[in-house]
Amino acid sequence: MIWLYLLSGIFLGWSLGANDTANIFGTAVGTRMIRFRTAAIVTAVFVVLGAVISGEGATHTLGKLGAVNAIAGSFTVALAAAVTVAWMTKLKLPVSTSQAIVGAIIGWNFFTGSPTDINTLIKIVTTWVLCPLLAAAFAFVIYKFTMAVLPRSRVHLLQQDSYNRVGLLLVGAFGAYSLGANNIANVMGVFVPANPFTDLSFSTLFTLSGTQQLFLLGAIAIGVGVFTYSYRVMLTVGNDLFKLTPVAALVVVLSESIVLFLFASKGLETWLASHGLPTIPLVPVSSSQAVIGAIIGIVLAKGGRGINMKVLGKVSSGWITTPVIAAVISFIGLYFAQNVFEQKVVEPINETRIEIQHQNTQIDTLKNSIIDEFDLKKNINIKDSIKMIP
Amino acid sequence: MAVLFKKIKNLEAQIDNYLDMVVKGGFLFKQGIKYFLEEQTDEFESRLVSIDTTESDADNLRRKIEKRLYTETLIPESRGDVLGLLEACDKVLNKTAETLHQFSVEIPFILPEVKNFYIELTDISVSALEEMVAAVRSYFTDINHVRDHINKVQLYESESDKIAEKIKRIVFRSDIRLSQKMHMRYFALHIESIADEAEDVCDRLSIAAVKRFI
Repeated sequence: MIWLYLLSGIFLGWSLGANDTANIFGTAVGTRMIRFRTAAIVTAVFVVLGAVISGEGATHTLGKLGAVNAIAGSFTVALAAAVTVAWMTKLKLPVSTSQAIVGAIIGWNFFTGSPTDINTLIKIVTTWVLCPLLAAAFAFVIYKFTMAVLPRSRVHLLQQDSYNRVGLLLVGAFGAYSLGANNIANVMGVFVPANPFTDLSFSTLFTLSGTQQLFLLGAIAIGVGVFTYSYRVMLTVGNDLFKLTPVAALVVVLSESIVLFLFASKGLETWLASHGLPTIPLVPVSSSQAVIGAIIGIVLAKGGRGINMKVLGKVSSGWITTPVIAAVISFIGLYFAQNVFEQKVVEPINETRIEIQHQNTQIDTLKNSIIDEFDLKKNINIKDSIKMIP
Repeated sequence: MAVLFKKIKNLEAQIDNYLDMVVKGGFLFKQGIKYFLEEQTDEFESRLVSIDTTESDADNLRRKIEKRLYTETLIPESRGDVLGLLEACDKVLNKTAETLHQFSVEIPFILPEVKNFYIELTDISVSALEEMVAAVRSYFTDINHVRDHINKVQLYESESDKIAEKIKRIVFRSDIRLSQKMHMRYFALHIESIADEAEDVCDRLSIAAVKRFI
């Protein structure tokens, strides 16, 4: 029965693999610089690694927005996000999985009467705006640097081509890792509070936590999406959407990967906090919008001509339409799940749980000020333990 | 990955060899014209055979390079330009072999007073060819210097026009048959057209060089 509920997350993972991975290897495969099989294998492996090793950061932020604590609720929320993505894709409207899942979680909050953490919501929406801007900034700088160095490098054109291929492969691996780390929250984040998996120990070697097992499942779904459907999307990206030179493609993928990594890396957050620097919020962001931002960065680096304002308009309208549509679908879906299919979409929250959640919030605040003495992993394990209290 | 880099090195060497053959063709042409004008028939015929062999080998090598670029899907963005450049260089090499053949077949009468001008015209045209090859090599390894070489080709082409005109003026003011004048005129044109073809290659090259960094 548990597997049935996880199906909507698995479907969301599959569609992420089918669509978003084209942003990483689309140009490389479309121009035949890298074979699809190589791209698919590298993507699948590194998405799994990124999701399992670094996926918790962005998931934690989604959990603060709304802790969907019943598996049927998680199923409905993930399904609402998946339907939104599928429907808007069919209508050829720009859609971001990250924005859809946020809207669906807010829909659950409205349905169950749970409060929406406004600070977290503001943080999330700010990153949606920041993501393409940051990607543009990175792409601008990296492209300028590359164009300054490359003509002076005296490397043979054919050798440049082979370095470019290797570069696309390495940066693609990094991009896949960042995608897994950042976007696994979209796929499996809503299932974390109602996680059916328990920790798995492999003798003294290592332990795979319940959350990591959930992420592994989601990452495998992404991998299946890559192998089964992403080829035609990659060809579309490579041949129709972006007419990029291989060098420009490398810059775009690198910029996108850096941005996704920045918004997913707990290690970086810890390092910044320990040095008294402002931290980067760990939030799932749209890889497609990061790519669009990076391309605009390159256009600006070339002189700023040819920016398609229509595309920009579509991207920014998506920030509003996608979460709203997802919230409405989520609300309606939850109504049917609860009243028609008689499924429990929310666990009742008692005062003890509220106090424990409050304590968790305090612990988070304490974490930022004395980070060296605070083990984040322990913090999350405490939450998992608390969930088991009847 | 090491295999990929080895393949690339091998292809680089092939392209270099091809360009070397074009330069060799120009050198053999210069020698051939010199021996023709000095009436050293055996040396001339030997240069003719050598230029035919060089031209044929260059054709085979060019086809191999083209095939490899497409089958190994190398340099997808610049592949069309590179192949176009190699084929344009081949036209210049063909022109040198063709012109030498025409000297061999038609055995034109050359006025003694214009022989030195013919030698000078040949030198200038072959220099244009050599600068053209240098420009194409720069396209692959040192894009910033392509323009310098293209400039020189244009200067040589302009100079070849002047010398060709000088030859024609002297020939048509001389006291020989009209048929001989026309014959000499066309041979001056054939030699001059080598520099013209080299300039056409450079026009194409300058666009390809700009495209590389768009």
